[in-house]
Amino acid sequence: MESICTADLQNFPNNSSVLTVFTNDQGGVLDDLIITKISQDHLYVVSNAAMKKQDQAHLLKALENHKKNSPSSNIKVKFFEPQERGLVALQGPKAAEVLQKLTDVDLTKLYFMTSAEATVCGAGACRITRCGYTGEDGFEISMPAIKAVDISRELIRNGDVKLAGLGARDSLRLEAGMCLYGSDLTAETTPVEAALTWLIAKRRREARDFPGAEVILKQIKEGPQKKRVGLVADSGPPARHGSAVVDDNGNVIGSVTSGCPSPSLNKNIAMAYVPSAYSKNGSKLSLKIREKLYSAVVTKMPFVPSNYYTKPK
Amino acid sequence: MVVQRFIMCAANSVTKARILNQCRKQMTNRLIHTSRWMFAERLYTNKHEWVEVDGETGTIGISQYAQEALGDVVYAQLPDVDTVLKQKDECGALESVKAASEVYSPISGKVIEKNLNIEETPSLINSSCYDKGWLFKVKLSNKEELSGLMTEEQYNDFVKTQEH
Repeated sequence: MESICTADLQNFPNNSSVLTVFTNDQGGVLDDLIITKISQDHLYVVSNAAMKKQDQAHLLKALENHKKNSPSSNIKVKFFEPQERGLVALQGPKAAEVLQKLTDVDLTKLYFMTSAEATVCGAGACRITRCGYTGEDGFEISMPAIKAVDISRELIRNGDVKLAGLGARDSLRLEAGMCLYGSDLTAETTPVEAALTWLIAKRRREARDFPGAEVILKQIKEGPQKKRVGLVADSGPPARHGSAVVDDNGNVIGSVTSGCPSPSLNKNIAMAYVPSAYSKNGSKLSLKIREKLYSAVVTKMPFVPSNYYTKPK
Repeated sequence: MVVQRFIMCAANSVTKARILNQCRKQMTNRLIHTSRWMFAERLYTNKHEWVEVDGETGTIGISQYAQEALGDVVYAQLPDVDTVLKQKDECGALESVKAASEVYSPISGKVIEKNLNIEETPSLINSSCYDKGWLFKVKLSNKEELSGLMTEEQYNDFVKTQEH
């Protein structure tokens, strides 16, 4: 797995999860994904549904390469189809309170980005990971597909739990400054440009042994040409994917990759790629929306402070 | 106003025949009714705008169906007064939390007023799309265009064909 991503899985504790990226030889991001190390010889991977086919092919290719180099290897990859496993995210400040009533795992000891095998609503063979795509405390529950409807019904029986659509989730992940693959991250952007340098583990930087290492390490050293930044606009329409970012002189210098009104801030927020010279927090730029310019300020992400249940240090 | 463009494109080919049939039915009804826009009846486009005509003035807004499909409107960009519009011209945009949707003028004419209240409080479009949430008014330049629009009854049938 390390041959295709940037994480340090070897030195990673069991039942811990990490955000990482698949990179190509040019340093571009092929997908972002969460890997949970269940044990020394067992990884559990949740990648993007929209990238299912590409990711499967990518993993199988990596396995094939590995077996060429180590013919005695007995590594296996198993892809779970929706008929086999379901994944339900329960997110929000009350998520733990709700889930605790329905599971045998002591959630007070399950910290952010850790994972445990669990029984949920009486169903065994579930796995709870304290992570999500909202910037809030919460869980992703992997479960036997046959139990998915029952467990979901049981969860929403609690009056504090509501179903959320993709639009709501997109607002939350944008407020949290998280990337959407295909928009904010593509094969044309490197983790350094995407302000995700922290995903390149220290040991891996030293070993220089991940795809695109040369490009990525050079960018870490010298700084990238362009960078993903957050933008906040107090007024005007929300910028959307594709809106131009314009400098003081009216030159188009970049492009918005995601944008929406932030319900928490009552302002419009966006992510955009701009030349590094413009990427400093507080830089004043303009957004071009339907041929009109609206001012925006480069702002540190997350736009809304995250609320994770992290292990006390 | 374009509601879920990709769905509409797919549905268009199916719905056209039906709309024609409905028009024919309406023609027979019209023999009994008097001229339908004398009573300031709302007329609709297949892009979910409505227009209500009073004398020379047409008031334009978006339908209940469009308002629901958009979700919470957070920003309204309206045509400025004195803008001369042709029927089907893109003349503004409504932004909801989820997406931006263009507004098309249901009729030709010159803009004589825009609803400043909704520029200030775009949520009026959600709470009162046929009354306080109107978008702009035009002085009609071609009344004949009105006969090409749908009556409320026709529009309601049209909306049913959009739902899947």
